[in-house]
Amino acid sequence: MTEPVPASPVPIEALKDKGPDKPPRSKWRDVWEQFRKHKGAMVGGAFLLFITLGVLVGPWLWTLDPQALDIRAKDMRPIYTAIWNSEADVGWAHPLGSDQLGRDNLAQLIAGGRASMAVGWAAMLLSLIIGAGIGVVAGYFRKLDGPLMRLTDLFLSLPILPLLLVAVTLFRQPLRANFGPEGGMFILIVTVVGITSWMPTARIVRGDILALKEREFVLAARSIGTRPFQIIKRHLLPNVLSPIMVSATLGLATAIITESALSFLGVGFPSDFPTWGKMLADAVARMEDFPERVMLPGIAISLTVLGVNYLGDGLRDALDPRIRGR
Amino acid sequence: MKLKTLMLGAAAASVLAPAVQAERGEDGNVNIIYWQAPSIMTPYLSGGTKDIEAASLVLEPLGRYDETGALVPYLAAEIPTVENGGVSEDLTQITWKLKEGLLWSDGSPVTSADVKFTADYCMAPEGGCAQFAKFTGVESIETPDDLTVVVNFDKPMPNPYGPFMGGQSPILQKAQFEDCVGAAASTCTEANFNPIGTGPFVVDEFKPNDVISLSANPNYRDPEKPAFATVTFKGGGDAEAAARAVLQTGEYDYAWNLQLAPDVLASMAEGGEGTPVSAFGTLVERIEMNLTDPSPDLPEGERSTVAHPHPILSDEKVRRALSMAIDRELLVEVGYGQAGRATCNLVPAPELYASDNTECLTQDLEGAKALLEEAGWTDTDGDGVREKDGEKLSLLYQTSTNAVRQDFQALIKDWWRQIGVETELRNVDSSVFFGGDPGSPDTFQKFYADVEMYANNFDGTDPQSYLSMYRCGNEPKPSSQWQGENINRFCNEEYDAMLDELAKTGELEKRGEIAKKLNDMLTKESMTIVPLVDRGRVSAHSNTLGGVVLNTWDSELWNAADWYRIDE
Repeated sequence: MTEPVPASPVPIEALKDKGPDKPPRSKWRDVWEQFRKHKGAMVGGAFLLFITLGVLVGPWLWTLDPQALDIRAKDMRPIYTAIWNSEADVGWAHPLGSDQLGRDNLAQLIAGGRASMAVGWAAMLLSLIIGAGIGVVAGYFRKLDGPLMRLTDLFLSLPILPLLLVAVTLFRQPLRANFGPEGGMFILIVTVVGITSWMPTARIVRGDILALKEREFVLAARSIGTRPFQIIKRHLLPNVLSPIMVSATLGLATAIITESALSFLGVGFPSDFPTWGKMLADAVARMEDFPERVMLPGIAISLTVLGVNYLGDGLRDALDPRIRGR
Repeated sequence: MKLKTLMLGAAAASVLAPAVQAERGEDGNVNIIYWQAPSIMTPYLSGGTKDIEAASLVLEPLGRYDETGALVPYLAAEIPTVENGGVSEDLTQITWKLKEGLLWSDGSPVTSADVKFTADYCMAPEGGCAQFAKFTGVESIETPDDLTVVVNFDKPMPNPYGPFMGGQSPILQKAQFEDCVGAAASTCTEANFNPIGTGPFVVDEFKPNDVISLSANPNYRDPEKPAFATVTFKGGGDAEAAARAVLQTGEYDYAWNLQLAPDVLASMAEGGEGTPVSAFGTLVERIEMNLTDPSPDLPEGERSTVAHPHPILSDEKVRRALSMAIDRELLVEVGYGQAGRATCNLVPAPELYASDNTECLTQDLEGAKALLEEAGWTDTDGDGVREKDGEKLSLLYQTSTNAVRQDFQALIKDWWRQIGVETELRNVDSSVFFGGDPGSPDTFQKFYADVEMYANNFDGTDPQSYLSMYRCGNEPKPSSQWQGENINRFCNEEYDAMLDELAKTGELEKRGEIAKKLNDMLTKESMTIVPLVDRGRVSAHSNTLGGVVLNTWDSELWNAADWYRIDE
């Protein structure tokens, strides 16, 4: 006769789980809470959101055509000038004034922001994809490491502005024929900025991957037969997300600045297509009389870039599990 | 200030000045700033205006052009003409007589051998002389005595004042440059930086691309001149900084060629230290119409060549409509202010050659629309752009990168939009656009666009070679490495025949008539060239500097010997 075995064994008291007293927290919620603690990142993110929404929705709220000339209303000052200078030529028709040909500054700022932001985001995404891809592959597959890193060195030694000038000369015509003058130039600038700014991302990611792939959890994953692609997707990429995010924000800033520099040099978009860089360049000669024409796009560029940098800083802190919660 | 008042002022001042017992060097130092820095002191090895003008303080030609374009003797006793027998009846020989008693700054006498040497120097085969064009047609030069120079041409020269006339062709000292002929020219650094001259000043120290220090020439032919003992000639910076240095801070006395928007210049002039001065030459900002098809669908080597006429602009009515839509007065106001005048002429000056063509000055949008309708361009689908046979009236409009030009582009695009023409703008970096590189698709010679805008002028006072640019066959094309001056690919037998006639005509009145006719054929009759603005030269001088007479026909420093200090 044997003693009946109880249907479920009684757990040993000391090893008993106390049961979750709080509902489970998702990773992204942790990230968000950590992110919220970073004031700079919150302000930066909010500003970026504001600018992005502003340039997207702006044309419906402020319906003036940024390219329309009104020579009778030229050289108007922003409305706030009236506070200290009652004789200034101001009017609610042009709240931020107008330029030397009577184009509305506010409408130009909105349209210019659209171009600059679009270039920034697109170029950033492109360089992110190339950079992260090359970094991961070079770090994980030993055989490809050498060639890919030498390729990175090669690209690092390319000066971007001369390269862009050559690219503009070579590819403008076919791109213009297929996508129109503005679309073609957009593709050209995005591509060139993208393919010349992925290298820092690739190097950082490769370094992190090299260290990560020797860790025990990767060994464990490999020992149960996980394929390399799955290891990269499941175990490596989430761990290098924070450096990628930081590069991404820096990349956005670089792309906006590069586009501005190109417009400043007059090789970017057609001369009547407003971008922040072009507005800035056009206004330099009249800086003394109309400081707002330099200040407005200049501040817009600086604040956007600053906002993006702070956002990246906060994201890095929030995404890094080792920093999170401290 | 109006040009006239300025000149009257200068004239009055120059009358008064000698009365105050002028003496050489009594007025101390004068500071001149050129925002392009001179790199050499002889015009023969550099085509740059900056170098030609810096050299004109030291080196002098036999004669110069004054501010009206008239010829004034400098080293010559008088200007040779057919009337005084200096130029032969068949226009193949010119005889110059030097003034007596002229000395180089080192004390040796100036002789006809120096003049002959100058020609040999520039015409030496391997010398790479930048002013070689001035000596075109020179067959031989004789020096019967120490003061006489006879230049023989190989064919009749209606304008025999190429050699030894104007700032581009001054006289060099034979003794100094004897060993610098031909390939050795550019190796003679000492001579090229410190030439011995007959001008009012001599070089003390020459720092290439930076500063030139000069002092009064002790052997200058007028014992009372120059009034300044020393000159500091600073080069470099940009037009804006140079304008500030004269107009606002007063650090410099004279600034050259201030290409700034009128409102910018006006606000600087409020600084009260100096005055901008302007004078008009032959520089005309114009829109050039491409008479050949620049379509990228054509194979390379056939784009923009005479093999394919332009699908839209070959029609004279379209070209005329485009011109009628432009308000030139407004362009002047926006871009040049007192430094520009609206014009319909390719040759706006001198008086003798300027046609009385003014009909383009009034903008006529309605007339332009009517003309386009008449030419068969109508807006059938209501999108604001006219079509004909399924093709849109859409043009690519290119120019160089320059703030004023981009403003012009925006304004003209707007006017053309109003008459139903769609315009795409493009601006190209100036060094590429004017660079002439046959490998680049963006040069103004290649003209891979429908219309383009730039400015051009001619040297001296005779427009013959300028008008000859538009001869058949002189267009840029692949077989000539895209070099050539007939930018529009204009071709008209009647025009060419008249050019030949101009080259044979010596009588000035007759030449003027033919030149006017040629000008009209290019502008108001065919609208191949659409002139916009006659651009003046703007320079600025300090309020304490007197005697400045701005001259667009010769070096701006042509009368530096007459400059003096106004005591406050």
